Amino acid sequence: MMRTTPPHVSTPGTRRSSGRAQAITALAAVILPLAWGQAACTEARPTVRVGSKTFTESYILGEIVAEVIERTGEARVERKLGLGDTGIAYRAVAHGDIDLYPEYTGTLSQAILKDPSARTVAEIRRELAGTGLTLGSPVGFNNTYALAVRQEMAKRLRLSSISDLTRHPELTAAFSSGFTDREDGWPGLRRHYGLDLADVRVMEHALTYEALAQGEVDVIDIYSTDGKLERLDLAILDDDRQFFPAYHAVLLVREDFISRFPRSWRALEGQLAGGIDDRQMSRLNALADLDGQGIAQVAATFLGSDGPDDLRERRLVRDVLDLTVDHIYLVLVSLGAAVLLGVPLGILAARHEGLGQAELVAVGILQTIPSLALLCFMIPLFGIGKLPALVALSLYALLPIVRNTYTGLIGIDRQLLEIAGVLGLSRWQRLTRIELPLSSLHIMAGIKTSAVWTVGTATLAAFIGGGGYGDLIVRGLALDDLSLILSGAVPAALMALVIHGLFELVDRVVIPKGLRKTLSTSL
Amino acid sequence: MEPLHPGSAIQLEDVTKVFDGVVAVDRLTVLFESGRTHVLLGSSGCGKSTILRLILGLLPPDGGTVRVGGQAVDASGRPGLSGRMGYVVQEGGLYPHLTAYRNVSLAAEARRWGGERIRARIGELARLVGFGDGILRSYPAELSGGQRQRVSLMRALMLDPPILLLDEPLGSLDPLVRADLQQQLKEIFTPMGKTVVLVTHDIREAAFFGSTITLMTGGRIVQRGSFADLVRRPASEFVTAFLSAQAPTPEMRELLH
Repeated sequence: MMRTTPPHVSTPGTRRSSGRAQAITALAAVILPLAWGQAACTEARPTVRVGSKTFTESYILGEIVAEVIERTGEARVERKLGLGDTGIAYRAVAHGDIDLYPEYTGTLSQAILKDPSARTVAEIRRELAGTGLTLGSPVGFNNTYALAVRQEMAKRLRLSSISDLTRHPELTAAFSSGFTDREDGWPGLRRHYGLDLADVRVMEHALTYEALAQGEVDVIDIYSTDGKLERLDLAILDDDRQFFPAYHAVLLVREDFISRFPRSWRALEGQLAGGIDDRQMSRLNALADLDGQGIAQVAATFLGSDGPDDLRERRLVRDVLDLTVDHIYLVLVSLGAAVLLGVPLGILAARHEGLGQAELVAVGILQTIPSLALLCFMIPLFGIGKLPALVALSLYALLPIVRNTYTGLIGIDRQLLEIAGVLGLSRWQRLTRIELPLSSLHIMAGIKTSAVWTVGTATLAAFIGGGGYGDLIVRGLALDDLSLILSGAVPAALMALVIHGLFELVDRVVIPKGLRKTLSTSL
Repeated sequence: MEPLHPGSAIQLEDVTKVFDGVVAVDRLTVLFESGRTHVLLGSSGCGKSTILRLILGLLPPDGGTVRVGGQAVDASGRPGLSGRMGYVVQEGGLYPHLTAYRNVSLAAEARRWGGERIRARIGELARLVGFGDGILRSYPAELSGGQRQRVSLMRALMLDPPILLLDEPLGSLDPLVRADLQQQLKEIFTPMGKTVVLVTHDIREAAFFGSTITLMTGGRIVQRGSFADLVRRPASEFVTAFLSAQAPTPEMRELLH
């Protein structure tokens, strides 16, 4: 439910997404040539890369930016919308993988510059000096946190500001996890106002509206451009003691973009500076979130144009086909690299007792590092796009392969290995003719696990602009569009099944016939 | 009798092997003369299998020296001796992922023999153990226990080594197959003149094969001699007790009366 995640909730290295991994750069050597082979194909007309984060508002602003630039005819626009979180989007623009994306002043000062004293656009611009980045003019709206109660209760208890809540310690609240964790959220707010509520529950943001409407709780956190505000009977409590920092929307842009594409920049400033206020943004969000309009459609509505001439379904089919190719590429290349690295690592682990244990622990730790954090680490090394995704996916795929190779090898009957020595087989012959075939059942099972797993984790590539089915899922989550989510999730599930089936066939080739016989007679 | 492979005597001098504080072989000195069939007899855990593994160089001795053909066995120097010793273990020790044919040819493949030479040699060995066509195309799991042991024997004989080490080769076979294969093995060994060391806990088998029997307990030799020597002139109470623990064979009865 990323749609409802306020922009300022995302910070670098969020723990939100479940994931695993780490960074062995050696792997890059395997993947680099493959991934660059793909990247090198598209260089002709100057290209502008427009980014956004993974919530509706950011998608809409990103799409508006892209269309405004396209209309000037100055450059081809590549959309890198839906980058995983603030850390990823910021690193991408700082690294030059994208030219600009919509950001918020509060996020810039708190999460990026880590200097809460820089509050205004001018102050933040000053702090950015020397980084090659700057800010456009404020878009107009301020997407900050706010507290909301039911209209009916606001009247009954005469609540109009947050201070009024101090008179009602019997009230209960449901807050999103981001809000309860952050210093500029509930903990700070509570101290600032001296608030005390009877019960504070942590809940998925999307569910808090329902909880409030049902009367299960009395207060929820919202953000001020939420599309639902238009449609729900909510009273927003005034931040009368100015606690919440401002989150003015603003374009974070590379300075070289401004000098290379002056017409585009003038057009953007003309169209966006002060162009969207809170109510209008809230309405645009509602069009996408509640009315199910496509992002391009919403952007066109804002720009007063006709919108995409393509039928949504046709676009979707084309997207799914393109992304299928992407996804297969991501899975096969990362799995191939994981096998090339994982099997030798497993052999090494089986050969050296101490090293083996250390290695298995290290590979295990890889799996515990959150995926978004790992993707963030990748950007300074590999930028955004397919390459960092491939490196991360390969690392995720390592564990089952290394572990099963190790288990298979150490499980071989010692006597069979001794006999190989007596027969005069060299170390290499022993490995290739005896040990690997004898452990092939285990090794193939590990590879199969990794393959099916990678089909799933490859959807994370979308967070870093790597494409694949994750693109549809991330977009669908942002827009709360179930059909969009399913159009990514169902093919991914089917692909997992197909890959599993293919591996049953591969097993027949790779696993020696005699072993399959032994297995069937011993069962 | 003139041994056919004069340089293949096996000599252990004051050899000790300890596993986790348990003495498996205790200052053992013994000579297995070239070209004869020797039986190492004893109950399980008496150190007899360990002796074979010391001879093969699979284990380094903790003390003493093992010599094969006068040359000291070095636990790391296996490739040097590997072509000279064939090894058969109780369950055959065949590789389940390879056909019987590939199991037999493995040692020759490792030495880069040509396919024709390998085929010819395997043909000879198949005749020797009485295999018809087809059996060698099977995987170990498809063979009977007796067939597996014959394949294992073919594998051990592939390079025509002067020394053959057999660790309970018939131990897991049922009695009928066992008697049959015993007879066949003897017919194979006797004319070949190889130095054979056969490990068994079975007195009948010892009596059947052994020109010399070495009876062991606790990592030491209790008595060496022919079967008749052991029966008629037991070196200690243990010898008599060991021999009488199993049902007497017709040969034993004959010797005792």
